[in-house]
Amino acid sequence: MQRKPKIAFFDFAGCEGDQLQVANLEETLLDVLGHVEVVSFREVMTGHSDNYDIALVEGSITRPEDEERLKQIRANAKILVAFGACATIGGVNTMKNFMSETMYRRQVYGDNARCYDTYAARPLSAVVKVDAEIHGCPIDRNEFLRITKDLLIGKRPFVPDYPVCAECKQVGNICRYDLGQLCLGMITRAGCGACCITEGAHCWGCRGLAPMANLDAARYVMEERAGYSRSEVQDLLRIFLSHTTAPL
Amino acid sequence: MSAKKVKTTEPKAAAPVATCASCTDPALAAEAEGKKTIRVHHVTRVEGHGNIVVVIGENNAVETVRWEVPEAPRFFEAILQGRSYKDVHQIVSRICGICSIGHQLSSLQATEDAMNIRISTQTVTLRKLAIHAENLQSHLLHLAYLVLPDLMGVNSVIPLAETHKPQLVGLIGLRRLANEFSRIICGRTTHPQRMVPGGFTKLPTEEELLQLMQSFRDSVPGFKEAANLFASLAGKFPDFKRETEYVGLVSPSEYALYRGEVGSTDDSRKPASFYKDVTQEYCVPQSTAKWTRNKRDSFMVGALSRYKLNHTHLKPLAQDVAKLVGLTPKTVNPFHNNLAQLVECVHSVEDSMELIDNLLTNGIKREKAPVIRPRAGRGVGAVEVPRGILFHSYEYDAKGRMVEADCVIPTNMNHANIQKDLEGLVPMIADKSEAEIELITSMLVRAYDPCISCSTHCLDITPNQESKPDRGVRFVYKGR
Ligand code: SF4
Ligand code: SF4
Ligand code: SF4
Repeated sequence: MQRKPKIAFFDFAGCEGDQLQVANLEETLLDVLGHVEVVSFREVMTGHSDNYDIALVEGSITRPEDEERLKQIRANAKILVAFGACATIGGVNTMKNFMSETMYRRQVYGDNARCYDTYAARPLSAVVKVDAEIHGCPIDRNEFLRITKDLLIGKRPFVPDYPVCAECKQVGNICRYDLGQLCLGMITRAGCGACCITEGAHCWGCRGLAPMANLDAARYVMEERAGYSRSEVQDLLRIFLSHTTAPL
Repeated sequence: MSAKKVKTTEPKAAAPVATCASCTDPALAAEAEGKKTIRVHHVTRVEGHGNIVVVIGENNAVETVRWEVPEAPRFFEAILQGRSYKDVHQIVSRICGICSIGHQLSSLQATEDAMNIRISTQTVTLRKLAIHAENLQSHLLHLAYLVLPDLMGVNSVIPLAETHKPQLVGLIGLRRLANEFSRIICGRTTHPQRMVPGGFTKLPTEEELLQLMQSFRDSVPGFKEAANLFASLAGKFPDFKRETEYVGLVSPSEYALYRGEVGSTDDSRKPASFYKDVTQEYCVPQSTAKWTRNKRDSFMVGALSRYKLNHTHLKPLAQDVAKLVGLTPKTVNPFHNNLAQLVECVHSVEDSMELIDNLLTNGIKREKAPVIRPRAGRGVGAVEVPRGILFHSYEYDAKGRMVEADCVIPTNMNHANIQKDLEGLVPMIADKSEAEIELITSMLVRAYDPCISCSTHCLDITPNQESKPDRGVRFVYKGR
């Protein structure tokens, strides 16, 4: 029999919600564990090994010293998977990238400031090559299973390139704009089944921009047509979509 | 030692760069001298990154005991500035994956307090259910995946899948129920979407609630089994005692989780708005997280503190379970926090059944959302999350945008207590092997169920300390 692929979990700046989603697989997790060998998962096990095939990395890079560690992980792994919005698009951590340096100096750590390094938060792909991404904040358990399975059998995992609106229509939600509310579904990558809209909220864009998203057109819809102010639109765009070259 | 005396000392001590944890490592030198050295670099099976450093010299004399937190800071209090009150609870949810519901609830309370938003009885009931759901899922995760392996003498839950399958599957089944519970009330188990200032955007249906009731009824034997399992293992917890101050929400009418006043075993009770008086925060050189104290050098929050302060309000089955596992309100063994968690699980199930019964009797109905008129003001929220009391305090401007946010997180309140416990514990076990010391000290840290990833905002609020803003944080942006 072929040996079981070795999997290791790592985390950088994040809330560990995505690793929690993996633990939340409950009974299914026990099945998955029959097919792989987990060599490192600090959140649930003691012991660690640098000998792994697949590295699943959560969280975004917020300090120069994180880069070194990530490059080491990249060097050890055959496949590096970014999972969760913090790892794939920088996540909520990138909100600080819009703040002035003075703000940090004044507010964070006071006198002890220079003990702690920090720089603009960024996704893993800004530092190393990433082989696969599992989107969302948090990730969807079933999508995690599907993508991991694909990777294990050597298949390129499918990730939607169309926007959340398509799935939102499919599940039959009333569009937020018809209710006079803002929503980022039209520029956000689908795959979540528009779950937030279904729960009565709106889309915050946690899966990142859909590949062909037209930000200008989206802004036109949100500002000119729906009548939201520049700052309201900006607020929403700057929760998850901050790591982009487009001006937000 | 008076609190005042210490207060004036440590911010000063923290000032020189050379004292930060990343710059000095006493363990390295000690190891070179051949002393017994235990360096747990990132305690496993906890959320976030924490280190234990112990150096034991000749004749088993303990030279160094240190609890360090090197987690990358995420600056939540800073990024909230300027944010609209509508988004704040969703942003703070991302402070912690495990306590995302609790962060949302504390945040909503603070916003509602600041803007004088009244919420309905139905909303209060649903929010109490949300807290129960989160405590249940977090406690069960901790007990089954993180504590049980220690008690069974293995390094993770994975081998237990072979050796103790029925027990494990039983616990996992209960946890799945807890997750389903969260989903039915809040929408999603992590970073839920339904809760907003003033109420809920979507409600559970009557069928879902009925189904939940049935699942709870069916779960009772499972909880009894879990109680028996932990009762049989209770002797495995180290026999360690250290009295400390215990802090948590208290209420005259119930086992306080969603609302109440801040109570303490050493101090008078106070409204949540006085949270700064209780949690006097200070920075220490070895940690990126703040420490707290009230009447003594440290205090404890979490399941054990809640149990000690509120045990008379426990539901009957929970009382029985406490007896079965040998937990008494007099205990001063921090390892017993794990037993208190189990007792709380059972209480949560019993109390949730009553709350759901209430909802069903009154009929769960769509309510009109309260009209929210943003106004300038301050507000404080306090709820009991799995690891202890959690405060959010906000100041908004007239447009409902955040002026200043302060989040005081339970694990931060426990850091000093963990340090003091380690100082008490290590001399007792100094003659043991390095591996045993490593295990027992790690178990102590795990007993607190720390969630370090969320606990790392060291925002300096020491009022009498002059801050010198220009001593640079390195804020470098290296592009792609
Ligand atoms: S992507 Fe979301 S769930 Fe995942 S670590 Fe970041 S904040 Fe947490
Ligand atoms: S609610 Fe949002 S995701 Fe759904 S159709 Fe409208 S814009 Fe698209
Ligand atoms: S609806 Fe939007 S915010 Fe919600 S999960 Fe999907 S992409 Fe993320």
